[in-house]
Amino acid sequence: MDLLTPGIGLIVWQTVVFLGLVLLLGKFAWKPILGSLKEREDSIQQALDSAEKAKQEMASLKSDNEKLLKEAREERDKILRDARSVSNKLQEEAQVNAKKAADKIIADAKAIINTEKQAALNDVKAQVAQFSLEIAEKLVRKNLAEDKSQKELTESLIKDLKLN
Amino acid sequence: MRKPYFTAIPAILALFLIAVTGFSSLAQQTEENHPIEQDSAVIGGHVEHEEFNANETIIEHVKDAPVWHFTDHLVMPLPVIVYSEEKGLEVFSSAHFYDEHHNTVEYNGYRLDGKNIVLTSTGENVLNLSITKNVAMLFITAVVLVAVLLSVASSYKKNTGKAPKGLQSFIEPVVIFVRDEIVKPNIGHHHEKYLPYILTLFFFILFGNLLGLLPGSANLTGNIAVTLTLAVLTFFITNFSGNKAYWKHIFWTPGVPTLLRIIILPVEIISVFTKPFALTIRLFVAITAGHIVILSLVCMAFIFHSYVVGIGTSLIVVFINLIELLVAGIQAYVFALFTALYIGMSTAEDEHH
Repeated sequence: MDLLTPGIGLIVWQTVVFLGLVLLLGKFAWKPILGSLKEREDSIQQALDSAEKAKQEMASLKSDNEKLLKEAREERDKILRDARSVSNKLQEEAQVNAKKAADKIIADAKAIINTEKQAALNDVKAQVAQFSLEIAEKLVRKNLAEDKSQKELTESLIKDLKLN
Repeated sequence: MRKPYFTAIPAILALFLIAVTGFSSLAQQTEENHPIEQDSAVIGGHVEHEEFNANETIIEHVKDAPVWHFTDHLVMPLPVIVYSEEKGLEVFSSAHFYDEHHNTVEYNGYRLDGKNIVLTSTGENVLNLSITKNVAMLFITAVVLVAVLLSVASSYKKNTGKAPKGLQSFIEPVVIFVRDEIVKPNIGHHHEKYLPYILTLFFFILFGNLLGLLPGSANLTGNIAVTLTLAVLTFFITNFSGNKAYWKHIFWTPGVPTLLRIIILPVEIISVFTKPFALTIRLFVAITAGHIVILSLVCMAFIFHSYVVGIGTSLIVVFINLIELLVAGIQAYVFALFTALYIGMSTAEDEHH
């Protein structure tokens, strides 16, 4: 059938025109079209990549910030802790010192009281001795008011002397 | 979501117009046949009513011809280019082959014989490189293709780095589809080398199919010479880019017992040739059959001599035309897909052994 037999002329023209189309379109249509498509896709990919990178950078920055914040917080806590311990220590030292000072004052006071007591006792002793002497003198004077007794004493004294 | 309606309505109207013009051109044809019939009837001396020959009309519309027959009033003669050893290269108008009643006549020692031109003296075929209806259609398709794609390419240069617009945004998704859905998955990492060929193939078939649906146009992609040429080009590209693994697979199929290899060998060799054959026939049949279906439906009105049938078939023709639009895309896709598949098979590295 005529419909099923290919004509030579059309085959020749088709080959020539189609190959011409492949070359022409390949150079002037597909190359720029595919080139710009690729370029656009690359630029989109690049934009996406850089967005992803920026996101990651943001995330790392955020984590850095958090880290810094955490460190700062820790440092603050540490400083506070240190300050508290120092103040506690100072307080304790102050208490100890105060106690020591108080003890010393008490000890001093005790010592002074003792010496004063001693002195007072000594004084009392001396006075008691004085009074005793005075009482004894008065007694002696009264006893020796009679001659007989003077004589007796004198004699006893001479007797002692004589013996020596 | 309102936009598709606005584009669909003119498309449907255009299709209706196509159906109606096809209708009217056929109507004119049959009307004009009557006076001639009457003349011949008078000359013949006895009255006979020439039947409307639907078969002939349809085949005439589908086939290639030396003239471009729009209607009986509008026949465009095309240049005939013939070469023979006896007479050398000759170029003349195909109008010389017809008399005023569209009957073929001899001219300058040449005679039309189907699609061939023969020398009346020896009866031998001469090399016929005439610009026939389909060759003219081929030129028109090529010009449209080049005009559209070069304008798209230039708009890429104009708005570099900007969003596509106009024709560019219409062509771009198709190009991306061909690249990412047809070529890349089937050919793989060497696909860029074959991309211009397959893209040209796809767009040529698509434009040819679509332009062929216009009223008055020629059935270019439904011509077996055209599909054969395209299939043979694919055949050459496939086999010239075939690597060692491809040829080894054909001549000494690995992983198969030796005895079986001898049986497989002819099958493999035949399969090399059945591939382009299938490509040739598939496109030819799909497009020609579509045209025949539409023409048959249009012809029914003339067979039944009824307006009611005419209106009914016109509605069906509109529907079939819509299907033909789909087929135009599908066939372009299938041809490009199989081409990519065959090239991919011939360039694939031997991985499964």
